[in-house]
Amino acid sequence: MIRGTIVVDTQICKGCELCITACPQDCLELSPGLNQKGYRYAQLKNDTCTGCVNCAIVCPDCAITVYRQAKKPRSVAVTA
Amino acid sequence: MKEPDVIEGMEVVYRKPQTLTATPMHYCPGCSHGVVHKILMEVVDEMGIQDKTVGVAPVGCSVFAYDYMNVDMQEAAHGRASAVATGIRRVLPDTYVFAYQGDGDLAAIGTGETVHTVNRGENILMVFINNGIYGMTGGQMAPTSLLGMKTSTSPYGREAAVNGYPLRITELLAQLPGAYYVTRQSVHTTAAVRKCKKAIEASFRYQTEKRGTCFIEVVANCPSGWKMTPNEANDWLEKNMFPYYPIGDIKAPKQ
Amino acid sequence: MAQSNGTDVRLMKGNEALAEAALRAGMQAYFGYPITPQSEVMEYLTMHAPEHPGVVILQAESELAAINMVYGAAGAGARVMISSSSPGISLMQEGLSYMTSAQLPALVVNVQRGGPGLGTIQPSQGDYFQAVKGGGHGDYRLIVLAPASVQEMVDFVFDAFRLTEKYRNPAMILADGALGQMMEKVALPPVGSLPRSAAPWATVGKPATRERNIVTSLFIQPERMEQINLQLQAKYRTLEKEEVRCEQLQMEDADFALVAFGLTSRICQKAMELARQKGIRVGLIRPITLYPFPSAVIRKAAGQVEAFVTVEMNAGQMVEDVRLAVDGTRPVHFTGRMGGMIPTPEEILAKIEAVVAEPSLQHA
Repeated sequence: MIRGTIVVDTQICKGCELCITACPQDCLELSPGLNQKGYRYAQLKNDTCTGCVNCAIVCPDCAITVYRQAKKPRSVAVTA
Repeated sequence: MKEPDVIEGMEVVYRKPQTLTATPMHYCPGCSHGVVHKILMEVVDEMGIQDKTVGVAPVGCSVFAYDYMNVDMQEAAHGRASAVATGIRRVLPDTYVFAYQGDGDLAAIGTGETVHTVNRGENILMVFINNGIYGMTGGQMAPTSLLGMKTSTSPYGREAAVNGYPLRITELLAQLPGAYYVTRQSVHTTAAVRKCKKAIEASFRYQTEKRGTCFIEVVANCPSGWKMTPNEANDWLEKNMFPYYPIGDIKAPKQ
Repeated sequence: MAQSNGTDVRLMKGNEALAEAALRAGMQAYFGYPITPQSEVMEYLTMHAPEHPGVVILQAESELAAINMVYGAAGAGARVMISSSSPGISLMQEGLSYMTSAQLPALVVNVQRGGPGLGTIQPSQGDYFQAVKGGGHGDYRLIVLAPASVQEMVDFVFDAFRLTEKYRNPAMILADGALGQMMEKVALPPVGSLPRSAAPWATVGKPATRERNIVTSLFIQPERMEQINLQLQAKYRTLEKEEVRCEQLQMEDADFALVAFGLTSRICQKAMELARQKGIRVGLIRPITLYPFPSAVIRKAAGQVEAFVTVEMNAGQMVEDVRLAVDGTRPVHFTGRMGGMIPTPEEILAKIEAVVAEPSLQHA
């Protein structure tokens, strides 16, 4: 399985949970703690992320950056 | 804040485009506006047309779109975005111009401008966010509010006898010869976002061909206005909005 | 086409002369909607635009759409004009308020007709308040020039473009149906005689070398909105100091001053002549810029004349600004006609004679 991970901008995340619904690996959850704006933010709950980018695509706040194990070197952002 | 290009030997495969500013969006959690802003600016970034793009923001929740979209922009009066976009495009004929409007802006107060802009076949992209409600002013009835839909100005539900019917303005516009590409999309799932982005890409490409107006309706949510969680709102949208506002191309150029 | 001394001299209708002047002044775009008595402007422009490649002439679906097209084109850095008549100008007030706040230059032409309401198509000056006091919502002014001849319908196009671009505030030519329709000899300036300064604020596409440009009238933070208002007010104070224009006729020895703008100032010239034949020394002050208003000239004249008579084709609008300038030091009278009626020199003379006969002035 391809290994991936995400970095969430926790101060921008509003905890809308759309990424959690979009994640096919069920690897996201809301944090127990709050960010500066008072929102619980998205975070990885396990290491099953494949870097499929679904979470980032539905994120209305562009809070998620996605990484994936390189098969072939790619330099541009995945589009669709 | 820019995340690193590589983490633990893994390369970045998705990040916020540089065509969006660092300003956090003011939209409510889960609002479709953010997603549409993002894919619109992704297309501008990927096509490398930031220096040739001018946008027009509406009055409504997305009144501050220019705070987030890192392109030259004008803020229009309520309903007049397509007239403003017409003025821009006419004097800058080689520029990519888009107008971004909500349902009240485009389909109520700005109906005249909308119809005539499309009828002239202005070579612009009109993005129409339809969430069936006036979000910014606090959830009043929109021209696109569904029958029976409870809003702050239709507290007992929209009644056809009093308020008329939800306006399918996109179908109406598709009848006009000036309309080149008319489609209805959504952004409530990953697949939907990808399709909507493809429609935006196509619309920007068509602009260079100067063959008429491209019009994309996005059936959008309004979790706060609908008084639901974002996930509930997206479910409600599928169950209630899609039957009346079916997704798909309404008028597509022959390939 | 006649050529005299290298100048292009023609016999032209006011509306057409104005349109020709706009093309010669390097107008890049015009948006409009037909309305009497100024439809010749757009007719002339559509006919002659092909002689000026690249010029955009577009008939909009309404005055509302047209003024917002002007907003867009002006925001994109183009030299833009729009023309209409009174009811159409009313429809544009929203757009004009937005444009002053967004600090966009454009030339707006109002060939006035009698109102209120749908009114009549005959000449009027009933839109003075609307033109000089703002017109739409919020604290703002338009730069207002009032032509009194077909030649000035031409010249003021150049002046108005220069002013609107210098101050980034919409400018208006406030004419009337008679000036729009009358034919007179005009000398037309050559094409390309009005250079356009750079518009680094315009939305033309953001290069990597600068931040994005935003044209907006929304300043949600009250502190910021107040700052914008202070900027506008500072601009208006500069206009009041630098750009006042006024014509004075036979004021050197005048005991009474007529004050009139536009078409009525021409009728006043005849009335002045009739009065002088009767031995009444009458002069004329003609405000050319209605905003900024020539208050200082009128205030100065108050030290010389016995009384003022303001003549307008309305119920008495500019007379209020004359009274403000005079500040109670001299009587300020008014005479005028409304609803598309034009006062005659005899009517004005009768008013002058009535003023002269007033007991309060029989001190000498």
